[in-house]
Amino acid sequence: MTTEPIARAPVAQDPGHALNRWPRRHWLAAAASCVVAMPALAQVRVEITGVGATQVPVALGRFRDEAASGVALSAIIKADLERSGNFRIIDAGVALDERSAVDLTAWRARGADALVAGSVGRLADGRFDVRYLLWDTVRGQELLGQSNAVLPADLRLTAHRVADDIHLRLTGERGVFATRIAYVLRQGRRYSLHITDPDGEGGQVALSSPEPIISPAWSPDGRKLAYVSFETQKAAVWVQDVVTGERRMVASFRGSNSAPAWSPDGRRLVVTLSQEGPAQLYLLPVEGGPPVRLTRSGSIDTEGVFSPDGKQVYFVSDRGGGPQIYRVSADGGAVERVTFSGDYNISPALSPDGKLLAYVTRQAGAFRVVLQDLDSGTVTPLTDSQDDESPSFSPNGRLIVYASRSRGVDVLMTTTLDGKMKTRLLSSGADMREPAWGPFGR
Amino acid sequence: MKNHLSSTHLLATALLVLLVGCASPSKELESSAPAVGAAAPARGTPGTAAATPAGATPSGTPQSGVSTVNLVSGASGSGAAGAAGSGAGAGAAGSALMTAPTQRVVYFDFDSFVVKDEFAGLLEGHAKVLARQSGKRMVIEGHTDERGGREYNLALGQKRAEAVLKSLSLLGVPASQLEAVSFGEERPAATGADESAWARNRRAELKDR
Repeated sequence: MTTEPIARAPVAQDPGHALNRWPRRHWLAAAASCVVAMPALAQVRVEITGVGATQVPVALGRFRDEAASGVALSAIIKADLERSGNFRIIDAGVALDERSAVDLTAWRARGADALVAGSVGRLADGRFDVRYLLWDTVRGQELLGQSNAVLPADLRLTAHRVADDIHLRLTGERGVFATRIAYVLRQGRRYSLHITDPDGEGGQVALSSPEPIISPAWSPDGRKLAYVSFETQKAAVWVQDVVTGERRMVASFRGSNSAPAWSPDGRRLVVTLSQEGPAQLYLLPVEGGPPVRLTRSGSIDTEGVFSPDGKQVYFVSDRGGGPQIYRVSADGGAVERVTFSGDYNISPALSPDGKLLAYVTRQAGAFRVVLQDLDSGTVTPLTDSQDDESPSFSPNGRLIVYASRSRGVDVLMTTTLDGKMKTRLLSSGADMREPAWGPFGR
Repeated sequence: MKNHLSSTHLLATALLVLLVGCASPSKELESSAPAVGAAAPARGTPGTAAATPAGATPSGTPQSGVSTVNLVSGASGSGAAGAAGSGAGAGAAGSALMTAPTQRVVYFDFDSFVVKDEFAGLLEGHAKVLARQSGKRMVIEGHTDERGGREYNLALGQKRAEAVLKSLSLLGVPASQLEAVSFGEERPAATGADESAWARNRRAELKDR
């Protein structure tokens, strides 16, 4: 994949937009990603159930000749930008590309603060040249322009990257649509661990099994997944390299072995083991070595997650009666209760900055995702459905993916942190569950 | 407007990786996805939708002796379950439902881990068999209903299995013959989102291995 700037104005001097000057490791990561990317056949579908608060209006038209590429790039970009909650997309409605002479004042008059147009051309070597320009209609200038030579299999990823670049340029914050989400698909008696684009399309099957798979967790470098598989007729923790497919069982002690989560340095897992009786938290070196017990209670302690600084572990315990969320130093020691409202709080997830805690609470028989500010203790509801599970933050901390249930089928949803913009990931109709949002750096 | 910030060498390296890595992307995908076990074998009758009789699990699992054990345990009614190729108690189909489960399944009240008195006879029977045959091992599988989180339910199921294990220990069975594991809400015996299904799913199954 090669990228070159095509904008004539400020792009070359813009340090915030660095896709065209990736360091070496990013180049290689991009090269490796072709193994997992697959061309998309289905049309992107975003089901929006709310309206975001402040949205930048962006006019976006079809990329010239995108139909010939087999991938509706502009539709993917549109869906990504909408899903972020930060943009309202205006259909450009006229044929445009990056070379069009555009009347920015007229676009401004149509209510657009920005305009995106592009094209897809076929190169002699079989690759596609995806070009686009982003204009600021308010200041009347070009903000961003690129030419990307990509393999057909990378067209979807390219569309997500374009969306991320537009997101960064217009909001100052990294977009997350070139990242990946892992989830478990159940089709009848077949379970499979999928790795997909954040819109639910594309991707790969990491594992397929006749026995349940739960609790996938990404390593901080995005290279490995830890998960729980029941394939040995008991719950055991496995770690799998998502590029090579190589996998090994890291915890199959007496009893159940579950709920893996990575330390920020990627060297340890916090896991739940029942080898000494009730479920307790242990720290397990990923590369081998005995587990070290972290909590000591006669109650259930499970679902441990590290704080982003690695100093603390948040977890669920029923030591006070019903399940609540607590935290303990990663070195052990005193345990502190974190959640106080409600009598059933489980599945903690920490925002990347460590300031927010998302979790599932039971309210009148319904299970919903809420967000707690760890400084103030304020709890905000995020969902109002019945069977919500497994919240997981996007790596920029602006979205949460969670499992829900719709018309008898398990589905995956994303929500903004104000709960106002919700979208559903593309579903084939089979049960989708246990989402885990991967890190940046695909 | 060539991008000069990446070296030619780097570009060549990237292209090489691309060419090698993408020679046949779809095949790579297939081969890099480990498939666990064989394709799921047919299990029981359609009525047992969510049950996973131990005798029908893929090869390599340690429970192939289930039907034999059902007979050895001497519990009346277990023969039918054995003939059906089903771990007693896991079968939820038709008439077997009323007889087989009482032999190897302990049911629990909502949010409870207490082994009720009505299962004392069942546990004593198993304890006697285990005490007579010191080489025999038994795994106790704890299960929950579908409500709540999967990981928390896994821990709840473990607690149920541990409670049954403790009961057997108190009846004199050495710990070395027993293992308590949990399937949480992952292997319901009955499908449905009502109390009758949930009650059948809050259970611990005693399985020989």
